[in-house]
Amino acid sequence: MDMMDISPNQHVEGSQWRETLRLGWRTLIGRAYPRIVSAAREPDWVFYEVALPVLQVIAFGFVYKSLGRPQYTGFVVLGGAMLAFWTNVLWSMAGQLHWERQTGNLELYLMAPSSMLWILAGMAFGGMVATLFRSIVILLIGSLIFGVTYQIVSAPLLILIFILTMVALYGLGSMLASLYLMYNREVWAIQEVVQDPVSLVTGFYFPVRALGGVIGGLASVIPLTLGLDGMRQMLFPQLGQSFLPPGIEIAILCGLALLFLVGASWSLKYIEKMAKIEGRLSLKWQ
Amino acid sequence: MTATQLYPGAPAIQTIDVRRVYKSRSGFTFGGQKAGKSVTALDGVSLTIQKGELFGLLGRNGAGKTTLIKILTTLLSPTSGEAYVDGLDVNKYVIPIRKKIAMVSGGEQSGYGILTVREQLWMFAQFYGVTSQAAHKKIDQLLEAVGLGDQANQKVYALSTGMRQRMNLCRALVSDPEILFLDEPTVGLDVEASRIVRDYVRSWMQEKPGRTVLLTTHYMFEADELCDRVAIINHGQIVAQGETDDLKKGLQEHARFQFELSEWAPAFEEELKQSRGVVSAQTMNKKGKVSVQIALENEEYITSAMQTISSAGGHVLTLRRIEPTLEEVFMRLVGNSDEDKAAGEDEV
Ligand SMILES: Nc1ncnc2c1ncn2[C@@H]1O[C@H](COP(=O)(O)OP(=O)(O)OP(=O)(O)O)[C@@H](O)[C@H]1O
Ligand SMILES: [Mg+2]
Repeated sequence: MDMMDISPNQHVEGSQWRETLRLGWRTLIGRAYPRIVSAAREPDWVFYEVALPVLQVIAFGFVYKSLGRPQYTGFVVLGGAMLAFWTNVLWSMAGQLHWERQTGNLELYLMAPSSMLWILAGMAFGGMVATLFRSIVILLIGSLIFGVTYQIVSAPLLILIFILTMVALYGLGSMLASLYLMYNREVWAIQEVVQDPVSLVTGFYFPVRALGGVIGGLASVIPLTLGLDGMRQMLFPQLGQSFLPPGIEIAILCGLALLFLVGASWSLKYIEKMAKIEGRLSLKWQ
Repeated sequence: MTATQLYPGAPAIQTIDVRRVYKSRSGFTFGGQKAGKSVTALDGVSLTIQKGELFGLLGRNGAGKTTLIKILTTLLSPTSGEAYVDGLDVNKYVIPIRKKIAMVSGGEQSGYGILTVREQLWMFAQFYGVTSQAAHKKIDQLLEAVGLGDQANQKVYALSTGMRQRMNLCRALVSDPEILFLDEPTVGLDVEASRIVRDYVRSWMQEKPGRTVLLTTHYMFEADELCDRVAIINHGQIVAQGETDDLKKGLQEHARFQFELSEWAPAFEEELKQSRGVVSAQTMNKKGKVSVQIALENEEYITSAMQTISSAGGHVLTLRRIEPTLEEVFMRLVGNSDEDKAAGEDEV
């Protein structure tokens, strides 16, 4: 067996990071593609993913109006627009690897030479682009209906907070994706139970501050909580009601983004290893 | 220097005493497995497949074929033993191996129905770093070769089973692999679609020397027609391997012939049985046609057997040698599937 006795990896990897990056980028674009085109090709998405959130936004908007607080409608509209991303992460990121296993895609993704993280990044990117479009539509319709006016405090900070929120949020989605793969039934059950309370505490339709520091702090684990709070501070400064100063929120969001990305990468590696040992990457019908 | 160049003479595939045991963790039920049960899917498999070979792996349901393929495609860890693809250890060189391989499984539903055939193939090409331009060129050529040229812009969900499987074959080949794993690739396909798949696999191999295919199938004629060599696996063990002709010869204790006679005479059979080297003779009279099957100790005795017939006044119209089929070899080695169903079926 002497021809097999070579020390692993040094000849193979060496100075190939550039090649790896190029492959990773192509993988990302390749996987993002079906998400982006399917948004355009499936007409019923308009109803489920735009009309329903818009109706919800309108309902909450009128609640605030009837309470004599019309200034909060902008709050609600932004919350509704951002909720689209949360829904996308829950439904199209977290459970995704589980579904990809059913179709046999998971095996093919793993068998391809680039890391699964790039596949997840592609899923995230595609989902984000498709959702961004929906989110803008929700924002426009809501703003028109309630005549919301925005007062942009700092465009660069607004954009920074938005991007960090997205990275952290989809990082969380990627991490959940591998956990679902391993513990799908348990995680499904948990998700069913927590989904609505989570949407509530994340403060899509009211300021997180109203919940008090403890719940607000706990809810901040979900990046949208702080992201939304920060974005509202950048857009509706006159309302006050902020949870934390923007600088701190940005720092925490950076931390969350890093945590979730590292967590996703680690759990993917761990899960691939375990699944190879336990034989759970594929279904058994073959 | 890449790993390929390090071992120019390495076999395409080599396994040494590979075992794979599936265990379920007791106490948990996730993944759909019963607790505490363990199944030995591979029980000491040693195989060597050279570059350029089209190798068939035959075995009943649950024999361990897919398990072996999953190990070689880096999707499953062997419990013990060694497995190499192009000289690279499947446990250590996962990424270099993945660059060289591709797999198609029967009944595969991979990809996204919402994409067109072309988009789907392009997407998979991206995962291998193929540039878009190169990918589209390759896609055109592959689709044409499998007769899907007109379907390039059709949505994947609208394809028939046969079209879909031909597309899957293109999907595997779009990254230009060196070693192709086909796990029952023609299952559920009609005669024409299977033929297209088989023919294209053959011509793909011939396009470039060194390309290797490991195929599993339940269709014996497919293995017989397509494969250079086959191995028969039963309960996770290789029970025979070699060229199909050798396996058949190995099975055959006697040379068997069949000839047709112009007319019937009971004496022939008796005379033949007396003739030198004849082990058995059997006459059949079906729809007015008289045929005789004989088994000889050795094929050289056919001349004397023929002489016996003609000196008894018989007229031989046709003569042919009866070859055992691969199916007979298979049945002889693996037996009847009812015998030990429990061992072969899965328990989930
Ligand atoms: N993921 C798994 N977990 C537990 N047992 C498994 C798993 N995959 C396969 N097995 C068991 O291992 C044995 C071999 O299965 P395998 O799929 O390799 O057989 P096969 O030869 O491909 O069969 P078929 O012809 O039906 O495709 C079977 O008893 C099967 O039930
Ligand atoms: Mg199988």
